[in-house]
Amino acid sequence: MHIVVDTDRCVGGGQCVMAAPEIFDQNDDDGTVVLLRADPPPDASAAVREAARLCPALAITLVEEEQ
Amino acid sequence: MKTSTATEERDGLPAFPMPRQGPFQPPHAYAELRAEQPVARVRLWDGRAAWLVTRHAEIRQLLSDPRVSARRQHPGFPFATPARAAAERHEEAFISKDPPEHGRLRKMLTRYFAVRRIERLRPVVQDIVDGLIDDIEESGPPADLVRQLALELPARTICHIFGLPPEERHYFQSRDHRRNALDSDPADVVAATEEMLHYVDALVASKQRSPGDDLISELVRDQLDTGAAERGELVAILRHLLAAGHDTTANMIALGVVVLLSHPDQLAQATTDPELWPGAVEELLRYISVFQISPNRVATEDIEIAGVTIRTGDGIITPAVAANRDPHAFPDPDTFDIHRQARHHLAFAYGVHQCLGQPLARLELQVVFRTLFERLPTLELTTPAERLAVREYLLLSIEELPVTWTVPGVSR
Repeated sequence: MHIVVDTDRCVGGGQCVMAAPEIFDQNDDDGTVVLLRADPPPDASAAVREAARLCPALAITLVEEEQ
Repeated sequence: MKTSTATEERDGLPAFPMPRQGPFQPPHAYAELRAEQPVARVRLWDGRAAWLVTRHAEIRQLLSDPRVSARRQHPGFPFATPARAAAERHEEAFISKDPPEHGRLRKMLTRYFAVRRIERLRPVVQDIVDGLIDDIEESGPPADLVRQLALELPARTICHIFGLPPEERHYFQSRDHRRNALDSDPADVVAATEEMLHYVDALVASKQRSPGDDLISELVRDQLDTGAAERGELVAILRHLLAAGHDTTANMIALGVVVLLSHPDQLAQATTDPELWPGAVEELLRYISVFQISPNRVATEDIEIAGVTIRTGDGIITPAVAANRDPHAFPDPDTFDIHRQARHHLAFAYGVHQCLGQPLARLELQVVFRTLFERLPTLELTTPAERLAVREYLLLSIEELPVTWTVPGVSR
């Protein structure tokens, strides 16, 4: 899984940080998303999917790799 | 068309808002419409029609659709009562803006409400809660937890964030209560709004003269003095933040206590295992959903959805409680269950306007419920839950919450 975030769309709601705090953070200037790990470990994938689903601005895109 | 028998009809369309069946029962009409017509025409007080949306999927879709506007000044924007029209029609905060203007204004604020930054306020919130419960223990039993706890915690917390003396809370609380009562005289709503704007303008002036370590001073320094924001923009934003910061959470606290006391087994589990509290708070947010008749929007293009066409200029009503009691999104939705996965609830709305202060609301709710039931484990209602008086209010709201408890070593 590869994560792409769109900081222009992001509204700093923080849903991603609550869902997957090891993967997402918010920057200190405008609270928008900071991607800590663009390629999360497999055991984080459920939390990352939750983060993408909860994002109110649809700013998180997941690229699933073929197995 | 089949509609709730309790709902008045005019021209065949059900009237909105619809009657509620009690503090914890949303209007029956929401469930009936959801099953048959999830995007349905309703009639407003001013004779206009609007679309009432009652399914989670369609509410989520519309609230994140760029063809839907949040601008209260749009002639098609729907208001639930004359008082709401008076309260919202001139709103200039980002809640009433669309992208890209919305993002420019909201991003002035987002860093102050970032999840990790709000988490640093936990000791402050804990101190406020401890002090309030000290006072409750000292003066009771009994107690009224609306007046002594629910109204106090969010107001004192927002005073801390804004750098206001806690005594000032009565000024903004009384004005926001006039603004948010659904049956207020519109002229009084306009007056209360003017008073709040003047009050906030004076706060900005005082923080310009003598800055402190608080949100208003930071915004004055970073946004106003740099020319990034105009004074009117900042005043409108701060007025909105102040209101949003106390009234919503206050009602969640009072109603949350009632729901928890009405489910003693689940309350006992959370008290025994405090790690359950964050999940319990999400379920309380879902189950209670203080937003009963909003948020509202207006279409700026034709939108095909759920077999109907919402026309350009049509009003759209997307009650959070309708989404959060949708059985497709939450199996057995009328059952309160702290173990359910409820995070996808829309209690804070959805789309770019989703609540900015939600990390703060979650923090206050987690701290207050945990501490209250640890400190007063024998707490009980003295009025049955179903007899608590619900106010005619923008939010689901009860007037008072009489409780009692057993003091160890004292027989009653």
